Amino acid sequence: MRTLMKGNDAVSEAAIRAGCRFFSGYPITPQSEIVEYMSWRMEEAGGSFVQSESELSGISMIYGAAACGLRTMGSSSGPGFDLIQEGIGYIVSAELPTLIVDVVRYGNGLGEIVPAQSDYWQVVKNGAHGDYHCLVFAPASVQEAVDLVGHAYDKAEEYKNPAILYYDGAIGQMMEPIVLPEMKEHDPDQFSWSIKGRGGEPQKQVTSKCYYEYTTPEAYVENLQTKYAAIEKNEQMWESYLTEDADLIFVAYGIMSRTCKEAINVARKQGIKVGMIRPITLYPYPVKAFETLPETLKGVISVEMSALGQMVEDVRLAVNGRKPVFNYATGKMIPDTEEFISYMKNVLEGKEESV
Amino acid sequence: MAKNLVTPKLISEFNRFCPGCGHGLIGKMIAQVLEERGVEDNAIQVYAVGCSCFISTVVKADSIQAQHGRAPAVASGVRRARPDAVVYTYQGDGDAAAIGLSESLYAAYRNENTTAIFVNNGVFGMTGGQMAPTTLEGQKTATSIYGRNTALTGQPFKLAELIAQMPVAYVERCSLSNAKLIAQTKRAIGKAFDNQLAGKGYSFVEILSPCPTNWHMDPVKAYKRLDEVVAEEYKLGVLRDSKED
Ligand SMILES: Cc1ncc(C[n+]2csc(CCOP(=O)(O)OP(=O)(O)O)c2C)c(N)n1
Ligand code: SF4
Repeated sequence: MRTLMKGNDAVSEAAIRAGCRFFSGYPITPQSEIVEYMSWRMEEAGGSFVQSESELSGISMIYGAAACGLRTMGSSSGPGFDLIQEGIGYIVSAELPTLIVDVVRYGNGLGEIVPAQSDYWQVVKNGAHGDYHCLVFAPASVQEAVDLVGHAYDKAEEYKNPAILYYDGAIGQMMEPIVLPEMKEHDPDQFSWSIKGRGGEPQKQVTSKCYYEYTTPEAYVENLQTKYAAIEKNEQMWESYLTEDADLIFVAYGIMSRTCKEAINVARKQGIKVGMIRPITLYPYPVKAFETLPETLKGVISVEMSALGQMVEDVRLAVNGRKPVFNYATGKMIPDTEEFISYMKNVLEGKEESV
Repeated sequence: MAKNLVTPKLISEFNRFCPGCGHGLIGKMIAQVLEERGVEDNAIQVYAVGCSCFISTVVKADSIQAQHGRAPAVASGVRRARPDAVVYTYQGDGDAAAIGLSESLYAAYRNENTTAIFVNNGVFGMTGGQMAPTTLEGQKTATSIYGRNTALTGQPFKLAELIAQMPVAYVERCSLSNAKLIAQTKRAIGKAFDNQLAGKGYSFVEILSPCPTNWHMDPVKAYKRLDEVVAEEYKLGVLRDSKED
């Protein structure tokens, strides 16, 4: 059955249906709908909701509940998402799964409440200190966001690593018709590691794995290297659109990929051979999508709603010098079809400088 | 009393604390209290960053290490995830009263049905004896080498008094300075767990404890100082007991 739902509400409902039974959050635009939705829905589903006194505290509660094996979720934006990083670092170090939603707003510091994609570095590289990545999923529609929630939990549990659902405020706020997944029960006791009181077993410790599990320097390094290598090998997700014969390939994710696709369709009618690679996972970055680039290709354009162009670094690594890469950083604006097409023409006419 | 001489099964024989440190003694009492109530297999210990973190190598209950200062929030998540478990926090004074003040107050404010053990040794032990909010006026530490200047840094911080302002179940300040007070400390810890088992809400036990290493004193002098100096500023006793409301 199709229902019409706002992105943030739909993601919350999808989490509940994936078996999430603990949520803690703090209001900030444009993610507050998640906190509001969870405040009543979680109780209805028999789980726990806490409006925490800060994001620092909220993510700490999530850490505690995740250590007990529950499916947990947190969400924030901008400065609130910064405060979540401390807890993410600890959740990573203890190798626990959780799902954190970053509904991105624009600007540094307090910034503005308008949609953006300028947290790429923070979510993809890592927001806390140390050697890690979160699994990062970047849906381009409300339906895709819903579908990725369950998948993100499965992968977070498989790799014992937090996952981030990363989308801009536009996807968070827009209403689209969707099909929701069936309700699923999650058993927190299915994991050997979940904390519940020792119950006659030896003591379990949830803390950095370097203290109890990977205690030699070699074992610690090997565990991290093996884990992230496996993620990079097995978990890349992307969509390629009209890339086979392309003269130009855009790389765009989230809301940007939708306007980009529209522009591509119009440009194709005008005879411009242009296509798109749409990363769905940002970590692992879908480098496989770039393995075979068409002979005809004249340039790869990374387009992103950020002032500096953050993803372009990964595009350059993926293209690895084979073709020129362009950085189309649009700040808080989403270009319209005409602007896209004029950018394409500029690249083809040699008027844009590659990075 | 004979019971107290039996080493609790929950406790490990090995610990990492300095000779004369109060943490080990408190750990032993927590283990005794849990075992006397038969809840050691159902206990979840949420511990802090600091020397206090070695509690998990002493009290062998299922344990989660929180970020520095966040144990009360982590325990709040555990409380909801495991409604039937006995959940307690173990924190030092830097952890609970400096970086984690907000989490401490809000766990009390929500009247979480948990037990908080707060170890006041007047310094940041693990990082080398720097000034804590609880450091006494004039006390020399690694970051107050001429003695704490309260005109610049504020008066010794009274977390127990602050928490006692809220409608929590129980707040008591205890000390390890002599056998009688140690026995009283154990009674307070016991009561704090009994309250939780009876679903009465948040209980907070502050324990004045020596850090001979960073006080630069032998243990005997350190225990004496607890009595003669620290307890003068930090008055012992029950600050709140909901039964008395
Ligand atoms: C965010 C953060 N800041 C600083 C530290 C360093 N640090 C570790 S323990 C500690 C002080 C602990 O003091 P206290 O809570 O009084 O415990 P004690 O060692 O005396 O038992 C500090 C500052 C840290 N681990 N994390
Ligand atoms: S430094 Fe102080 S608090 Fe830490 S173990 Fe030694 S005596 Fe105890």
